[in-house]
Amino acid sequence: MAEGKRNPEEDGSEHVPQWAMAIDLDRCTGCEACVVACSAENNVPTAGQEQAAMGRAKHWIRIDRYYEGEFPNIKVKYRPVLCQHCDNAPCEPVCPVYATYQNAEGLNVQIYNRCIGTRYCANNCPYTVRFFDWFAPEWDGPLDLQLNPDVSIRPAGVVEKCTFCAHRIKRAKLDADAEDRDLADGDVQPACVQSCPAEAMVFGDMSDSHSKVSKKIESGRSEQLLSELGTKPRVYYLRKAD
Amino acid sequence: MAPSGEPTELSASSISDDILSRMPRASGRYMAAIGFFGAVVAWALFAWGYQIQNGFGNTGLRRPVYWGFYIVNFVFWIGISHAGTLISAILRLTGAGWRKPVTRAAEAITVFCLMIGGLFPLIHIGRVWYFYWMIPYPNERLLWPNFRSPLFWDLTAILTYLTGSLIYLYLPLIPDLAEIAGRSSGKKQRIYRALSLGWTGSDRQWQALERAMKLMAMAILAIAVSVHSVVAYDFSMSIAPTWHSTIFAPYFVVGAIFSGIAALVLVMAALRKLMGLEEYLREEHFVNLGKLLMLMSLLWLYFTFSEHLTTWYGNLPYEMQVFNLREQGFFGIVFWTMVACNFAIPFVLLGVSRLRSIATISISGATVLIGMWLERFLIVVPTLSRPALPAAWGNYAPSWIELSITAGTFAAMALLYLLFVKAFPIIAIWEYDETIPAR
Repeated sequence: MAEGKRNPEEDGSEHVPQWAMAIDLDRCTGCEACVVACSAENNVPTAGQEQAAMGRAKHWIRIDRYYEGEFPNIKVKYRPVLCQHCDNAPCEPVCPVYATYQNAEGLNVQIYNRCIGTRYCANNCPYTVRFFDWFAPEWDGPLDLQLNPDVSIRPAGVVEKCTFCAHRIKRAKLDADAEDRDLADGDVQPACVQSCPAEAMVFGDMSDSHSKVSKKIESGRSEQLLSELGTKPRVYYLRKAD
Repeated sequence: MAPSGEPTELSASSISDDILSRMPRASGRYMAAIGFFGAVVAWALFAWGYQIQNGFGNTGLRRPVYWGFYIVNFVFWIGISHAGTLISAILRLTGAGWRKPVTRAAEAITVFCLMIGGLFPLIHIGRVWYFYWMIPYPNERLLWPNFRSPLFWDLTAILTYLTGSLIYLYLPLIPDLAEIAGRSSGKKQRIYRALSLGWTGSDRQWQALERAMKLMAMAILAIAVSVHSVVAYDFSMSIAPTWHSTIFAPYFVVGAIFSGIAALVLVMAALRKLMGLEEYLREEHFVNLGKLLMLMSLLWLYFTFSEHLTTWYGNLPYEMQVFNLREQGFFGIVFWTMVACNFAIPFVLLGVSRLRSIATISISGATVLIGMWLERFLIVVPTLSRPALPAAWGNYAPSWIELSITAGTFAAMALLYLLFVKAFPIIAIWEYDETIPAR
């Protein structure tokens, strides 16, 4: 057996985690703490009032609102929407320079350095979670003083999107290696998951049947967004059956 | 249909004199036109530079409409490029005698439209300085482009088409270049002599040229159809609502030939008027092209009807979001304008024989060009404005940059054409020479 690195499989090969997220819509209050946390964590630039009104704002995670019923008996439902990290991602094959692909751990990764900005991926994403950098990044002060050194700044002219906080996954692996132990469930927490006051979001390894995220996915309450398109998202939404 | 198009009262040698004498001189009017179109092109280049320097955000593009005027123009110009080569190749292969004064004008349109249309993917991308990453070239990091991407197919198809149509324009020019060289002296003679590649007009050379032209005509037909199919695949390979359509490739090819003929009619009308080619470009040429235009108009209507009927009858929610946007409000006005321009107006003007004249055929050409531009606009923008999730819906309006660049491309077309007719005879002289052995 390989030395005690990262959950070895029975045949001795290294276990490759399959990252997934579960979001409990019955818990989500629509507070948008995840949106703020994500922007701070991932150095997502601010667009400014005018540009935001034009549709140039970037939110790697957003809260979609749905209204049910007729006035005055309206119920508001919230749905946080981020990159769904599809197993069968429509954004991937259309890129002419291979700037986006699915890695072994199921992350749909975007290589900013390789992107030439055709924006085809953004068009072909049915969730519209890919964002183009219209200008070189700027932050209103004092936000420019809190940039995260673990996350690269995107230049003008490329497409960016949620990474499932890939840098936090990397950090958790490094920490586990340093302590000579396996990655444990809950070691990796993307910024949105960590900041959710209602604890509506769970992140983890869906190939580990004991992980919290696996249990949520298997709870019988889970569904995938636009599942009829066959994109096989890694984000599962949980809600009470209607 | 009249078997030949040459003016009966002129002999072959006097036709050469006549056509060559009609090539424009550097008169005040000519230079003013060059200056005007050159200024518009320079302004468009400035706008492009401004966009590169100060950020893509200066355009009107925004989420979720990531493709806008640039892609509309791209499809439009690549579409018109089918004028040329395709029409000239069909007429050459079928041996249509009336093609003689038409072919070179058509072939030149193809080359210039491809040069202009081929620029749009570059103008459109976020980091144009890395455009060459789309090209498979050996590099130390063993990086390849993505062969699965329709954009890569596009690059391949357009470069092939541009190369092919350049050769196809050049081959029939060779005897005329030698003719000009023979009539001039000094530096001019040396340039044209070099361009004519040692043409002497021997039997062997004529046979080789005929063979080469026939081969290129056949190759170019296949390439032209594939090019606009690939342009259609840019849309139909995606899963965006109403783009994911099986008939897009033939629909686009039909639209391309349609707009190509329209452009050819307009260019011919302009040449006839400005260069005094009334004896060569005669009513029968316009009427023949008008009939082709009418046929393509009906085909276009058939495809448009099929496309919209199936979307509407299928009634899929995501598709209907786009459909409803496209048939109502602002886009509804655009839609019915398109139908009027592409079908109603040409149908009346070309269908009623009493109305059919050079003027009305030219008007039909103009309305079809407008209509086909609008068609591409209606394909690109409404779909992107209405993605599946309503929270992401949005709108688009171009900024001065897109408008300037769009205007600049029309000026570029005029400019390139003006320069071309000054340097080369726009009507193939040798086609009128019946002493040529291979004919």
